[in-house]
Amino acid sequence: MRVIELTNVSYGYGDTELLSDVSLHIQPGSFHFLTGPSGSGKTTFLRLCYLDLLATAGQITVFGKQVAEMTRDEVAFTRRRIGVVHQDCQFLDHLPLSQNVTLPLEVADRADEDENLGELLTWVGLADRKSALPPQLSGGERQRAALARAIIMSPDFVIADEPTGNVDWEMSQRLLSLLIELNKMGKTILIATHDLNLIRVAKSQVAARVLRIRDKQLQLAGADL
Amino acid sequence: MDFKRWSLQAVLETRADKVVPPSGYTARLTLFTSAAMAFLAVFALALSLATGRLADHWSSELSRTATVRISAPAGQLAAQTKAALEVLQTTPGVKSARVLDEADERALLEPWFGKDLPLDALPIPKLIEVIEDDAGIDANGLRLRLQGEAPGAIFDDHTRWRQPLVHAADRLRLLGIAAIVLITATTGAMITLAASSALAANSRVIRVLRLVGARDVYVVRAFVRQFTLRAFVGALVGMAVGGLSMATLPSAGDTSGFLSGMGLQGTDWLWLLLIPPLAALVAFVATRIVAFRTLKELT
Repeated sequence: MRVIELTNVSYGYGDTELLSDVSLHIQPGSFHFLTGPSGSGKTTFLRLCYLDLLATAGQITVFGKQVAEMTRDEVAFTRRRIGVVHQDCQFLDHLPLSQNVTLPLEVADRADEDENLGELLTWVGLADRKSALPPQLSGGERQRAALARAIIMSPDFVIADEPTGNVDWEMSQRLLSLLIELNKMGKTILIATHDLNLIRVAKSQVAARVLRIRDKQLQLAGADL
Repeated sequence: MDFKRWSLQAVLETRADKVVPPSGYTARLTLFTSAAMAFLAVFALALSLATGRLADHWSSELSRTATVRISAPAGQLAAQTKAALEVLQTTPGVKSARVLDEADERALLEPWFGKDLPLDALPIPKLIEVIEDDAGIDANGLRLRLQGEAPGAIFDDHTRWRQPLVHAADRLRLLGIAAIVLITATTGAMITLAASSALAANSRVIRVLRLVGARDVYVVRAFVRQFTLRAFVGALVGMAVGGLSMATLPSAGDTSGFLSGMGLQGTDWLWLLLIPPLAALVAFVATRIVAFRTLKELT
């Protein structure tokens, strides 16, 4: 079963169309990059993938179920299978890092399954920051915490929107290696980035497809990257 | 020992509640509204119960009493009184009939004319107090017999002045109930506004919760619990203050009239215990409705 399938999908606000007639399918265990200039619609595309937006035309199927036909509860259950690293991290600032990371478990009534939290925070290098509030974290720490939250439910599909946007090159590579490691564990990865160097580094380590949004259309990028 | 862990808030608060940050403004608004409404509800309840009690009293106890008033020339007064008494004693439905003596008449007139009333110098009619049994008296038949035996005797079964009073008391009871309904509705409206405000203030929190896979019912539960708890605590305080105010109402002693009967009596106090759960129920329903409606507008 495909993780996600978009068929002739369009999306726009009012009269402005951001994406037009986009078709794509993503197989389980694959690794995709999504690139394109700022404002090209990368975030919009990702939001369609994690059901935060509804397509204005076309059909999106996630884990074999059409998004347009999902009930609100089904949307929630589907989101639990998708881990998302948001560009702005989307933390709850009044909760410490550890509770932000375990939030997906909490809302799924699986709060007692957080026994791997310590190991996970160690894996992302934040074991000593678990009591810190989000505003007290640096850009890199926030991105790593967001990654930890995205994968704590062991999702089938991980989506990252510019995960290296606010961090230096060393931290970018560290985050990338975490995502590659997840892919090697069988997770499907989709990363939106405009950092071509990052894509080049990733392609040397994993079989990644590169998608590009240009003129509202989704294209498979060539080897010129 | 970690006492904080066992505080009321900690015991009642679930993990889901902690996800929604406490909002001081809406929390205070809900607490104050619930307390104020519960305070008013105590008085509305007291009004309703007291007037109900008065209406019942007037319509049941007073309906079993009547008066025969004998106005006759001084020379005939004793004879007509005796004749009227004999008629009453042979009338079906009369449990007892007693001629009021001078002390009784003085007690009746004292509130209007003072203590030194010269009863002998006044043309005061003789009064016979009649107590009916459960079968009741045929008032028209009795009037006809009295007309024949004691022409100066007038039978007064109090209907003329009792009925308007019973109607007034019934109307006041309805007004009390209407006030309780209005207070309940106002509480619901205020909590709806406060919950809407809290939902709007926490729209980012709700968005994050939805993005990480929270079902609507999870988000709603967090808000509903907070508002239900606040409404309950506020109403508890309002009820306590209102109850204390009722308990300290000055007593009119033996001259118990309408106002002194306004307090709560006996089992009436138990009705107050319904106010906090009712406020909590109103908050529960109001918050649940507004929360689900707000969430449906989100993706």
